[in-house]
Amino acid sequence: MSFFVVVSLLKVVVVFFGMLSLVAGLTFAERRICAWMQDRLGPNRVGPQGILQPAADGLKNFLKEETSPALADTPLFTLAPLIAFVPALLTFAVIPFAAPLPTRWGLIPMVVADLPVGFLYILAIGSLGVYGIVLAGWASNNKYALLGGLRASAQMISYEIALGLSAVAVLLLAGNVTLSQVIAQQQLGAWFVVPLTVAFVIFLISAFAETNRLPFDLPEAEGELIAGYHTEYSAMKFSMFYIAEYSNMVTASALMATLFFGGWDIPLTTWDEGAPSVLKTLATLAAFGAKTFVFLFTFIWVRWTLPRFRYDQLMALGWKVLLPLALLYITIIAGAVWFTRVQLGWAYGPGMAWTLGGLNLVLLVLVVGWLDRGRIVSGSGTVREEAA
Amino acid sequence: MAIGVKVMKRPEKDVSYLRATLKGMALTFSHLFRPKVTMQYPEEKSSKDWTLSSRWRGTHRMLTDEQGRAKCVACGLCPQICPANCIKLVPGEDEDGHRYPLIYEIDEFRCVFCGYCQEVCPEEAIHVGVHYENSEYSRDRFVYDLERLCAQTHPVSTLWDPSDPRGE
Repeated sequence: MSFFVVVSLLKVVVVFFGMLSLVAGLTFAERRICAWMQDRLGPNRVGPQGILQPAADGLKNFLKEETSPALADTPLFTLAPLIAFVPALLTFAVIPFAAPLPTRWGLIPMVVADLPVGFLYILAIGSLGVYGIVLAGWASNNKYALLGGLRASAQMISYEIALGLSAVAVLLLAGNVTLSQVIAQQQLGAWFVVPLTVAFVIFLISAFAETNRLPFDLPEAEGELIAGYHTEYSAMKFSMFYIAEYSNMVTASALMATLFFGGWDIPLTTWDEGAPSVLKTLATLAAFGAKTFVFLFTFIWVRWTLPRFRYDQLMALGWKVLLPLALLYITIIAGAVWFTRVQLGWAYGPGMAWTLGGLNLVLLVLVVGWLDRGRIVSGSGTVREEAA
Repeated sequence: MAIGVKVMKRPEKDVSYLRATLKGMALTFSHLFRPKVTMQYPEEKSSKDWTLSSRWRGTHRMLTDEQGRAKCVACGLCPQICPANCIKLVPGEDEDGHRYPLIYEIDEFRCVFCGYCQEVCPEEAIHVGVHYENSEYSRDRFVYDLERLCAQTHPVSTLWDPSDPRGE
């Protein structure tokens, strides 16, 4: 028992600091990558290649003056950054990041808490984050902040439905909500991105909206709302929103890697599923890190490529496209799983995975063909071209 | 739709938003590896695409003769023409009857860098310089006296020549 407590505490500390340094590195990576995409160099002065820039930024934010608007609701104003910050860090707790580590005292699962309700926990805690943003907008007593907060609440609630529903397909196929079990299932056959491609696409889009990243960063839309919900925040309080945004990104990336790309599974080999060893733990950690980084890069890449959606387009995409699509998809995938599993008696394996993969390919072509007519994303203002 | 929103007339057919998106993504990705245009200022002060023009009018420089004396003969034309009234000149005369400036000061904060002083100077003594790094710790350091003007070493401006407007 005491072993469990000690190990858990250790894991909490390691994951907490790992997460914070990853977030720091990510703010730096974002600035460098966006600079390169714009043919600039980006911050390269503090330390070799500017690697210490996040430390300088952090120090600056510690030393800056904290401003508090005279008419703000002070308790809520102070509390809001915390409410955004804490759930953002909490959600990572259930994501397994490597194969179990064998020690003299027993096997240590490489996850802070392998909760049986894994995915539900992420949905529950993840949706708390929106309170921080809404309360920040409300407590600031500022029109722009309030508008940002309102947008955030509408956006995050809308897209959470699509996010949850697309993940339901994963849970249907895995037959479990524990994330370590989801990974174990994927090791039996192909990664879930194959049998559930459409779910992955929906999940990816919703994840962008959930983390308030461009092209869905309506809550802070600097062109319209100054800085949205954190207009009135300065110094460390602002930093907390910043860290929360980036840790949400990390969690979303890790979640996509876990649910659809086999988590810490190393592809094309079954070596990593054998008896645990230290080397395997490290190798799987690297695999998980690589997958997460691919998604983190995608987040940055998309941000510096696509322009922001208009608000009605955002809502139309969430409610009129992704939600019905996710519902329809669950129906289809549930039917397919029932047919293969109950009627044909298959267990999940490469055969079932690639069969479902074929079905998904057909569905994906249909969905993209339907979406890509320009009707949906061009908004309600599209005018039919007159026949010449 | 809110009132007063301009509705763009966009074609519904033959438009692929997905393809446009992917094209944009490919473009930004390719830019990751292109040569960067940033000039790293304190280390690099000019590049092959950009140098300071030889007509640049920066802080002044007084040219000197072989004996190291200022070429100025204190004729008084430059304070006369100066639109910002930033040149202070007190003329003096030695025993041979040569005029020279007793006091010659330029307030670089008042100066508008028009270059008239250089244009009007009959002795080609006072010049505006091809120079822009002028920071100081106090305001009074921006009144350049004669000694300081003579000590400047930066190149002088060629100014704009009406007979050769393109600088060829």
